[in-house]
Amino acid sequence: MKTNRITECSNWVLARFPLSKLWNEHMAHYYAPKNFNFWYFFGSLALLVLVNQFVTGILLTMNYKPDAKLAFDSVEYIMRDVNWGWLVRYMHSTGASAFFIVVYLHMFRGLIYGSYKQPRELIWIFGMLLFLALMAEAFMGYLLPWGQMSYWGAQVIISLFSAIPFVGDDLSLWIRGDYVVSDATLNRFFAFHVIAVPLVLVMLVFLHIVALHEVGSNNPDGIEIKKTKDANGIPLDGIPFHPYYTVKDLVGVGVFLIFFATIIFYLPEVGGFFLESDNFIPADPLRTPEHIAPLWYFTPFYAILRAIPDKFAGVIAMFGSIAVLFILPWLDRSPIKSVRYRGGIFKKALFVLVVSFVALGYLGTQPVTPTGTIFSRIFTLGYFGFFLLMPIYSRWEKAKPLPTRLTEQPTIEDHIPALKEVFDEMTVLKPVTNPDDMKSFYGSTVLRRRPNPKGILRVVSRVAKKIKASLD
Amino acid sequence: MNTEGVDESKRQFLTSALTVVGAVGTGYLAVPFLAQMQPSVKAMAAGAPVEVDLSKMEPGQLIRVAWRGKPVWILNRTKAVLETLKTLEDQLSDPHSRDSIQPTTSKNSLRAIKPEIFVAVGLCTHFGCSPTFRPEIAPNDLGAEWKGGFFCPCHGSRFDLAGRVYRGVPAPTNLEIPPHHYVKDTLLVIGETTEGKAA
Amino acid sequence: MKNIFITILLLALSFGVLAEENAHLQHAKINPTDSESLQRGAKHFVTYCLGCHSIKHIRYQRMSLDFGIDDKKVLSDIAPQGATIYQQMNTAMNAHDSEKWFGIQPPDLSLAARSRSADWIYSYLKSFYADPKKPLGTNNLIFKDVGMPNVFWQLQGEQKATFKTVDGKQEIESLAVNVPGALSEQEFDAMVNDLVNFLVYVGEPIKLERERMGKYVLFFLSMFLLLAYLLKKEYWKDVH
Repeated sequence: MKTNRITECSNWVLARFPLSKLWNEHMAHYYAPKNFNFWYFFGSLALLVLVNQFVTGILLTMNYKPDAKLAFDSVEYIMRDVNWGWLVRYMHSTGASAFFIVVYLHMFRGLIYGSYKQPRELIWIFGMLLFLALMAEAFMGYLLPWGQMSYWGAQVIISLFSAIPFVGDDLSLWIRGDYVVSDATLNRFFAFHVIAVPLVLVMLVFLHIVALHEVGSNNPDGIEIKKTKDANGIPLDGIPFHPYYTVKDLVGVGVFLIFFATIIFYLPEVGGFFLESDNFIPADPLRTPEHIAPLWYFTPFYAILRAIPDKFAGVIAMFGSIAVLFILPWLDRSPIKSVRYRGGIFKKALFVLVVSFVALGYLGTQPVTPTGTIFSRIFTLGYFGFFLLMPIYSRWEKAKPLPTRLTEQPTIEDHIPALKEVFDEMTVLKPVTNPDDMKSFYGSTVLRRRPNPKGILRVVSRVAKKIKASLD
Repeated sequence: MNTEGVDESKRQFLTSALTVVGAVGTGYLAVPFLAQMQPSVKAMAAGAPVEVDLSKMEPGQLIRVAWRGKPVWILNRTKAVLETLKTLEDQLSDPHSRDSIQPTTSKNSLRAIKPEIFVAVGLCTHFGCSPTFRPEIAPNDLGAEWKGGFFCPCHGSRFDLAGRVYRGVPAPTNLEIPPHHYVKDTLLVIGETTEGKAA
Repeated sequence: MKNIFITILLLALSFGVLAEENAHLQHAKINPTDSESLQRGAKHFVTYCLGCHSIKHIRYQRMSLDFGIDDKKVLSDIAPQGATIYQQMNTAMNAHDSEKWFGIQPPDLSLAARSRSADWIYSYLKSFYADPKKPLGTNNLIFKDVGMPNVFWQLQGEQKATFKTVDGKQEIESLAVNVPGALSEQEFDAMVNDLVNFLVYVGEPIKLERERMGKYVLFFLSMFLLLAYLLKKEYWKDVH
């Protein structure tokens, strides 16, 4: 009897809403390539972080006051007087940085496996719009604590718009709603951060996923699994997203949450990278901190800005460094998607890009020095070189032959014995000095190992050779 | 793809185990998220016990103090009022305060520690409006039967000067009496029943 | 290829140079579990600092919970006369007066230990020296031309700077106590250390609690990861 009722109820819903159809199309009968590796965790993790930011953000707005006189204190009020407010706030602040880590890795995945190429150009475009919206969201959110870095960071970034000829000054005045960053700015940034941009983000995530599920996922081999299907029209190399990738993503979630929780509970500031020390001083419009740096996720772009000696050109270069990402699908002339089968010149260019991006990120956190500026310029060239020279070098590329079916690669688990060997090579076992240690935790062979300089040197040179070989 | 020879019971077990762990985790995460909507330390600080000096109070006078942001009335009742209160029992809904909220020290017919000093939370037990203080006898708008008391303008509930609710009005119980005690004869503390013991 | 490695090496080196910058700071011993030290620090703060500096983000009640002592003891031993338990630690001085006397309003120190390091505060408090050129008669080695007098001069005594000449400029080489104070050097260091320990605690009172809690969370998440991994292994047996 009872089960019949439940069936009736579910039938009533299903007759009116395509729940099972949606489930099948996007989960149970969505066929994903079976060879996803480590790099494919970051899409679902980005979604997880987005949910985290929404939930914790809503809770924070319950006690936060978007008022220049009250904002700073209300954050400390959340940290101290509100029950568990510290946890919610750290989850939100750590989540912001985690979002960028996950998104940068997700973008890098797209880059190495050619996920931006035909037929996935739109997915890439939606993704870039998401990235842009995320940067706007993070930038405006960072003003809200109303600390010194919030204030002066916003001051600098808004002033970027004043570099635009003719309308610049009026534009930046309009953005601020005042002659300086002030209460009016704080209030409107709050509105954007809490309502407007999150809505845009959700819509773009929806479009990103719809577009993805229309053409199907790319994979580390960069070949289309839809080309080889069985008698039922199911790709031979595809597996249903649910349960196979749901359970796999849960492992990724587990690993991610361990990192996430470690930061929240043990190093919420991450040495000034996630929460800057100057931001523990209330905003003071009359005193600029000695050294202003944006949060780490903006520093590569900030370094590009500073590398250019002209104000307007600098702004153009900075926005250009993001704009160039949008046209990437049309810059790349190689028919091959995955880096596995692409020529050495692409791999070398990619290496230059990674080094440039990381180096620019580091330089952006540092005060301006003449040497720093020279390096910033070199790396800016490296960054733009990767993209703007792509139409040329991607044509010369000597590609390797593509397989017709997905290949099998060693998994992370398969690497564990090799990693253990490397660890053993890089360390030496310290002899037992205190016999009492043997009984305790400290007696374990893992903790008794000490770095071995010779071994480390051997490993590093081996890795360097390997990287060099892999770039050919 | 090959689903032959699959140990379904193992999958079922692992799925259930992970579901349980996941549910427990979500539950633990929900606790802080829900608890953060509880009153904060600031609210608790504002809700700390309040001291009231009664030495300047005159007979018949009503003073209002805020405790936890709520209006608390302190009424100095005259001899005449106390006499009237004794005659009202048959018109009341809960004359012995069996269903009403008050500390045990005030659970008596006059609902007070000291008969002349009446302390109550000034919010109607119906939907929380603050009743008006109407000590006069038989005013025009309240009718000839009115013996002085509290009248709630929102939905017409009537209480006598011991905060006891009359029959036939919407309010279900007598006015709430907050925990309170006297440190000295004329020094009242609202918010704790004995010293150091918060409500 | 070689060039890239050289640039990486250079970048790594510049990291090292930056780490050097803070080398001259003295090291404060921070122990948030030492309730006695925190209580002494709190008392010192009320005696020497609260006159000008507030720490408005902490309540006396928070201290009684965290130091493991009861409310009455906090009010009688630590708090100034007339304070109540839920009160925040505000200063008695009003902003207008302080602007007039010191040129600026002394900052609230609730987050001092998070914006500056513990070692910085420790070194700063110990680095006042006599400088007749300044209106207050003192200067500070760590915070040059600071507008704050040395509030500990009776305890520490008066320090005098010895100079050396570097590139034609006079630079301070070291500080030494010239006129002894009421405390010996060790006693004074211990006192300043307690005070800094207290300020670090005030910066984030929840720190101990969150680190304690972190262990359980990480243990729980490891369990989750283990089960998720086993489940993934089991399902992926199907995939060949």
